[in-house]
Amino acid sequence: MIKHEKFEKNSILLLLGTLLVVSIGGLVELAPTFYLDTTIEKVDGMRPYTPLELAGRNIYVREGCYNCHSQMIRSLRDEVERYGHYSLAAESMYDHPFQWGSKRTGPDLARVGGKYSDEWHRDHFASPKSVVPESIMPGYPFLADRQVSTDHLQDLLATNRIVGVPYTDDMIENAMADITAQANPDADTEGLLERYPGAIVRDFDGNRRAVTELDALIAYLQMLGTLVDFSQYDAEAFQR
Amino acid sequence: MSQNSTSIDPATGAEIRSHEWDGIRELDNPLPRWWFWIFLICVVWSIGYWIAMPSWPLATTYLKGTLGWSQRANVAADIAALQESRRPIEQELMAANLDDIENDPDLFSFALASGRSAFKDNCAPCHGAGAQGAIGYPNLNDDDWLWGGTLADIEQTIQHGIRNASMDSRFSEMPAYLTLGTLDRAQVSDVTEYVLSLSGRAEDAQAAERGSSTFAEQCVTCHGEDGKGMRDQGAPNLTDSIWLYGGDRDSIFETIAKARNSSMPIWGERLPAPTVRALAVYVHSLGGGEKSTMNMEGAQ
Repeated sequence: MIKHEKFEKNSILLLLGTLLVVSIGGLVELAPTFYLDTTIEKVDGMRPYTPLELAGRNIYVREGCYNCHSQMIRSLRDEVERYGHYSLAAESMYDHPFQWGSKRTGPDLARVGGKYSDEWHRDHFASPKSVVPESIMPGYPFLADRQVSTDHLQDLLATNRIVGVPYTDDMIENAMADITAQANPDADTEGLLERYPGAIVRDFDGNRRAVTELDALIAYLQMLGTLVDFSQYDAEAFQR
Repeated sequence: MSQNSTSIDPATGAEIRSHEWDGIRELDNPLPRWWFWIFLICVVWSIGYWIAMPSWPLATTYLKGTLGWSQRANVAADIAALQESRRPIEQELMAANLDDIENDPDLFSFALASGRSAFKDNCAPCHGAGAQGAIGYPNLNDDDWLWGGTLADIEQTIQHGIRNASMDSRFSEMPAYLTLGTLDRAQVSDVTEYVLSLSGRAEDAQAAERGSSTFAEQCVTCHGEDGKGMRDQGAPNLTDSIWLYGGDRDSIFETIAKARNSSMPIWGERLPAPTVRALAVYVHSLGGGEKSTMNMEGAQ
């Protein structure tokens, strides 16, 4: 029988023993999700985020939106009743890192895309209380005044590709053109829509002169939860 | 353990362990029995739980457990049961003649309750928790309707929305007269004065007079010769004191100069048809709902 005293009196042995025990838990719980086919559902419609959406997502992360908003509709009746179909793993497969969140001071945003008009998002970001008097969300009026940063845009796509998002060379090459085209309804968007089927092209922030952070963030929000075609989704095959 | 190495701590009566670190010795206080047994029972329970419930991952799948428990199957069943329980009354709601709904107490109260809760989640962010509206978002409690206030009108507005990507959405587009260069600043100012005059607030009669001819050229197609608006264009009545974007001089000037063409989402894509109808009944009941023309003819 191993004397526990040995671990207690030898710090290196204690460290190795602890690592061994903890890694068993990690290996059993985490490692299989990377090789099991059932982890990520087979769905139609998921595509990598457009450069504008990806920039908006970065602003979402930068401003800490996940501290108050989740993006995870749980598989519970009342959640589905309120927010729509429960979130699938496939819907966050291009998220690095994911934005599931764990706190809902505000509502879940997993399917907020299309729920409100762009005008509402503009008013709401400028001053949430102007449209929802009982809201305790702070305003983000500066988003409308700041041009979206494109300094590292191509690097951003390339980095996402390293961690598994299928951005093509074509997508990375045209990232700069795509980010301006998506916020301009008069632009030539043929290439953009070919690369990112179903991308919404609109002047999201109501300001034609610049692609602002508000454009990017609204473009991201208006896409959330809208990509998967649930009419083609086989729920039976992925019950668990 | 030999007699020699065992000693008893006088204060607690517990045995003192033989080892010693820097003069510190340890009492041998075993775990309480009840704790120890609960621990063992939990270990045994967990083994049973592994067998009954989904647990260990395997090479290509995972152990599904003898109970066949599935969270996603459960929620699908819960939702199916919910839909089943609502089906009869929802079918009744969809089959009913719109104007007869309020005469059927059961149906009416179901529609109101269903509409109220859907309103709080989906509509309140723009139209307000009390449907009081805000600048840019119409008040739904009054009898001033942009696109019509009968049940059928309201239902269509909710179903297809306003100025969105749907071909069926209600659509009209006021031009931005100054931005597009159709009118110059002075003309916009004159038309503003004329619009103010329609509700008896003009201060400069001459400007209003100049504005009236521009109004006749540019605005009457949608707002009507009398400025009372046209519902099939969603053009508001300019003679009353209800203003969606503000009725002061500056706001009206800006509206004419830059135009306001706000949109409403396609709720028919997000909400089931009975919920859309229930919302229509709820909004209609808030105070300003109108009778359908057929009913009005019947009354006459």
